[in-house]
Amino acid sequence: MTKAGLIRLALIAVLLGALEVLVRIGRIDALTMQAPHKMLLDLYAMLASGKLNKAIAKTMGNAGFAFVIAVSLGVISGLMIHRMRRVRETLDPLFATYYAIPVFAFYPLLILLLGLGDAPQIFIGVMLGFVAVVVNTLNGLDRVPRVLLKTARVNGMNGLETALKITLPSAAPYILTGAKFAVAYSLIGVIGAEFIMSTGGMGYEISFAYNNFDNATMYPLIIMILVASISINMVISRWEKSLLKRRGLQ
Amino acid sequence: MTQPHIRLSDVEMTFSRPDGVGEDIHALGPIQLDLRHGEFFAVVGPSGCGKSTLLELMIGLTNPTKGTITFEGQPINGSCPDGIGVVFQEDASFAWLTVRDNIAFGLRRMALDRREQDERVEQALAMMGLVEFADVYPSQLSGGMRQRVCIARTLVTQPRLILLDEPFGALDQQTRLLMGDEILSLWRKTGATIFLITHALDEAAMLADRIGVMSSRPGQLIDIVETNWPKDRDSRIVENDAFGAVTARLWRSLRVESMKAIGKKDAQA
Ligand SMILES: Nc1ncnc2c1ncn2[C@@H]1O[C@H](COP(=O)(O)OP(=O)(O)O)[C@@H](O)[C@H]1O
Ligand SMILES: [Mg+2]
Repeated sequence: MTKAGLIRLALIAVLLGALEVLVRIGRIDALTMQAPHKMLLDLYAMLASGKLNKAIAKTMGNAGFAFVIAVSLGVISGLMIHRMRRVRETLDPLFATYYAIPVFAFYPLLILLLGLGDAPQIFIGVMLGFVAVVVNTLNGLDRVPRVLLKTARVNGMNGLETALKITLPSAAPYILTGAKFAVAYSLIGVIGAEFIMSTGGMGYEISFAYNNFDNATMYPLIIMILVASISINMVISRWEKSLLKRRGLQ
Repeated sequence: MTQPHIRLSDVEMTFSRPDGVGEDIHALGPIQLDLRHGEFFAVVGPSGCGKSTLLELMIGLTNPTKGTITFEGQPINGSCPDGIGVVFQEDASFAWLTVRDNIAFGLRRMALDRREQDERVEQALAMMGLVEFADVYPSQLSGGMRQRVCIARTLVTQPRLILLDEPFGALDQQTRLLMGDEILSLWRKTGATIFLITHALDEAAMLADRIGVMSSRPGQLIDIVETNWPKDRDSRIVENDAFGAVTARLWRSLRVESMKAIGKKDAQA
């Protein structure tokens, strides 16, 4: 591990230790915050009892679904928009301001349109992640050296083959950056929507536990979400790094 | 064999400005050129005179604004015919593939049994001095070695006409001479027609049967020099008295053009 990495790890350990101490000596009251060791014990108990398995499966499933749609739709859209100069010129400023839109404000409308099931939650997750994937895909495609496209044409490759064998591999590191955003955004979208209006899922359970002062459920769920998001992010980062390293870019 | 391998008739290329503002750029021509089957033809000319443009026309990447190009009797129109292989001036290696997979790239798209493909790749690796780098990625190679990967990738498809755009630009002088020997022996072995673009007069003089000298933009062929070298020549030809004479003639034709290219408008012959 690098020196910066060690310092980072130490920082987290110190903060957790401080929290543990502050809760134990009562400076932070147990109604607000649990001691970290207690959170872990609660998490274990929660998983062992299996009572929230359904909520966890629903949230992770929906977020995973939103992620897959955001990435595949985003990459395909990126490829298409890249080929159409006019469309690109029209959309670029919209992409730039997209994240100024509070997507959750549309949630009630989405429920009207898509019903009370999982669809509106998945839709919000896709809406959040999709544009990040498109923007990063376009960024990557802009950087494909022209000589590689010439090589594709000389080899008689059609549009699809060129995309699969030349442009997408060449843009892969940038697409992975987009995918990292999509992981975070699909979780934010799905869980946020569950918070606001839904009858199940981790977001709903957290909100329910919060209203009932049930810290033994709330904190373990929050930890699970953190761990899931960070570990998926780390896996993609690793992959991204190895691609960049292979290209002599890192 | 009366039919030329590739024929350029009245070929001209004018680029219009993409935004429609300003004058069009007359980049090239008119050019008349017949390449004979199996000859080694080199083109020299000042930078910006349209050499790379000429190459792109010959592989159908762009259509000429005027004139026609025929390869083996068939007009070239918007796509690169089978039988022509090209190595571009810029680094065209694929950063995400190993050297071996880079070289195999074009082959894998051909209807050829896998064993034959693998054999050709191994031969090309050996020939280009890349055997010990077969499993590394291009980022770990120097610019010159990456260019060799691109040459190998083209050679394995066994083209009948090979176009090379300043392939040795990134190499030092000694390596350039040795790579020249490799290209010569390859040329003898395959019987392919070679069209080599270079800015190095000595390289053209050493390698080619005929050398076309291009004027500054719009590039036209202002001289064609026959070297009359024996077929089994190699880089030691530079010791030959005639070598100096060929190089001198090339420079005589090019000197004024090169001065124009660097902005000396009132250049005198
Ligand atoms: N796609 C293009 N659009 C506009 N101008 C071009 C284009 N390609 C080349 N040119 C111009 O044509 C001229 C010849 O370029 P090039 O063929 O690359 O020269 P060389 O290879 O001899 O150095 C240059 O002035 C260049 O700016
Ligand atoms: Mg050039």
